Amino acid sequence: MEVFLVSLLNGLVYGMLLFMLASGLTLILSMMGVLNFAHASAYMLGAYFAFTISQYIGFWPALVLAPLLCGAIGAAIEMYGLRRVHRNGHIAELLFTFGLALIIEKVVQMTWGLIPVPYRIPAGLDFPLFTVYGTQFPAYRAFMLLISALMFGAIWLGLTRTRIGLVIQAALHHPEMVGALGHNVPRVFTTVFAAGTALAGLAGVIGGNYHVTEPAMAFTMGPIVFVVVVFGGLGSLTGCFIASLLMGLIQTFAVVLDYSVADLLKWFGLTVTSATPFHEVLTVPLPRIGALLPYVLLVLILVFKPRGLMGTRDT
Amino acid sequence: MSADATQRAPQGRTLVAAPGSAGLARRAWPWLVAIVAALLLPWLFFDWSTRRHSGFALTMLSEIGLMAIFALSFNMQMGQAGLLSFGHAILFGLGGYCAAHTMNAIKAGAMWLPVELVPLVGGLGGLLFGVLFGYVATKQRATAFAMITMGLGELVAACALMFMGFFGGEGGISTDRVTGTSLFGVSYSSSWQVYCLVVAWTAIAVLLMRLQTQTPLGRMANATRDNFERAQFVGYDPRMVRFCQFALSGFFAGIGGGLYAIVYEIVTFDTVAAAKSATALLAAYIGGAGGFFGPFLGTIVVVLLQSGVSLLSNAWLLYVGVLFIIMVMYAPGGLVGIIAQHAPIARAGRLRELIVPYVRILLPGAFSVFGFVLLVELASFTTIGAAQGKAFKIGPHAVDPATAFPWLLGAAALIGGGLWLRLEARGFRARWDALIADAKAKGVML
Repeated sequence: MEVFLVSLLNGLVYGMLLFMLASGLTLILSMMGVLNFAHASAYMLGAYFAFTISQYIGFWPALVLAPLLCGAIGAAIEMYGLRRVHRNGHIAELLFTFGLALIIEKVVQMTWGLIPVPYRIPAGLDFPLFTVYGTQFPAYRAFMLLISALMFGAIWLGLTRTRIGLVIQAALHHPEMVGALGHNVPRVFTTVFAAGTALAGLAGVIGGNYHVTEPAMAFTMGPIVFVVVVFGGLGSLTGCFIASLLMGLIQTFAVVLDYSVADLLKWFGLTVTSATPFHEVLTVPLPRIGALLPYVLLVLILVFKPRGLMGTRDT
Repeated sequence: MSADATQRAPQGRTLVAAPGSAGLARRAWPWLVAIVAALLLPWLFFDWSTRRHSGFALTMLSEIGLMAIFALSFNMQMGQAGLLSFGHAILFGLGGYCAAHTMNAIKAGAMWLPVELVPLVGGLGGLLFGVLFGYVATKQRATAFAMITMGLGELVAACALMFMGFFGGEGGISTDRVTGTSLFGVSYSSSWQVYCLVVAWTAIAVLLMRLQTQTPLGRMANATRDNFERAQFVGYDPRMVRFCQFALSGFFAGIGGGLYAIVYEIVTFDTVAAAKSATALLAAYIGGAGGFFGPFLGTIVVVLLQSGVSLLSNAWLLYVGVLFIIMVMYAPGGLVGIIAQHAPIARAGRLRELIVPYVRILLPGAFSVFGFVLLVELASFTTIGAAQGKAFKIGPHAVDPATAFPWLLGAAALIGGGLWLRLEARGFRARWDALIADAKAKGVML
């Protein structure tokens, strides 16, 4: 029970972090058809910016400044890069963001070094908030939950209650029609791209010190975010939200449950020894398979249900 | 009148090569020249005083050969069938693992096979996994296909670290190419002998891939790339075309992997990792995915940067990445595309007039490249190089990266060169447009 509750909370924290990344990517992919490989790079940049800023003026200004910086970079990428590549088709756009992700990783390596930087949780939040069955729950995780919940509320209000939100919703499905109605669709695109990048940056600010801030963090996070987006379905933020939480919970629980197929076979009276064929496959414990699960899910969904959980069209 | 007619006749372009042995000879000679050149190239680096080949040059040339097969097989999917794959290295790497295990089996006496045919085993391994993964991946196309291959790539890469038996974990599978089995009695103990084998297999694989583009399957792959709905209406199953193309490209990638196992005598997790897939993508796109030989050209550029620059600095991947972005943004046809754009001007006989404009943009271009490289190297040195205990040198002069001067110099060269380049580019553009207009007027535009 104790393990279950703690894992549930941790899974929730991780899932909300994933949603912060995936929501921007879903919007960008649904509206512009751009599979943005550089999205996770914005997550990494957010963490590194926050690290540097917090060294000089503290964590709280970094919480605001780093996402804004990321958003500005996102807007620049959209206006000066993507628009130019757009006429060469979606694959060219995808390749452009792929090259960008590569370059950003190298630039980060050159600026901050190859080894992880000591980006730590601010001292003001570094205390146990409450204790569940003897396990302490850090205040910072609660803070992460709070930030992501606030952000979720802001996105939801912004998309359903504001004028630009309604235009964005319309442009999700029929960008040409929205343009024909006289809305400046390119500017809407830029706004969404910048906002999505800023959100990814925010996720980096609060996720960088929760995990590790290192140059490889973008390439480890990137595919998982893609999985969430595909699983949730194109054009659906609700689907994206459910998929994020599900993925967070799956990955957290897979780490805790130390079982393998061999243990399952034991129930049926079969013992796996080193002489059994495929014993290596059968004895791999679940925590190690846990890292594989997102990719298995990605392939399965794309093959059998490319529409995703709540998508409005195929990927 | 009749003299005029005979003069005009040679100008008519023959699109179809003349049949018979004369046509075959005409088509075969560039291949023979290329093979002879590839065999002569290492002798440029031959050390006559010690009477030994340069190991570095031979390894680099072998790497170019096997990576060219890999990049061309990647382009069988991307260029020909419009299938962008982010996991092509799994076919290359798994082919390599199959070849390594085969060589170990030969060495142990469990089976007999000449070393010359080991790449073929790699190819068959690649074909097997190509069929397996292709069945899954080719259910979708475009972006969904790209994501499936990415998922498969990550999956295999993770498995490579998990299962010791087949993949050998992080240490990989070591092997020994000196098995004592050879069709020609060659021991393959020297890298020159290995290089000859690489050249032979590269020539065979490239020729087969070239011929494949002219088969009905290769043509249908083009058709499904350009308009898969129409291909469907004609009566073909686009999925089947994609599947066959994927599996065949797995075969060729596996040959590359088999050569990798022979050249390096070890196959590690790196061969299936995402970075390897990215290398094929970068090479194919920098060289040009549209033309058949584009990926070959791109591979030469990428491997030269990789082995040449990585000795001096840590930033080779950054240069490749920037080159890639420039290609995506300004020259989607790649290097081959840029060369092909000169063809009408050459046919109009006015290529010479481009020399002066080229020289004029060369100087500011060199300035901005110099500034960029200097800045990158300075930044990379202060964070990574200094920790490795290297000294920052330009030629024989030691430069202190802690002072402002080199940084200012780099920034000035980059910005100044860039602005100057913009200015000169305008003149170049005008000249270019005029020449293209002239070529159009002469009717030599294709």
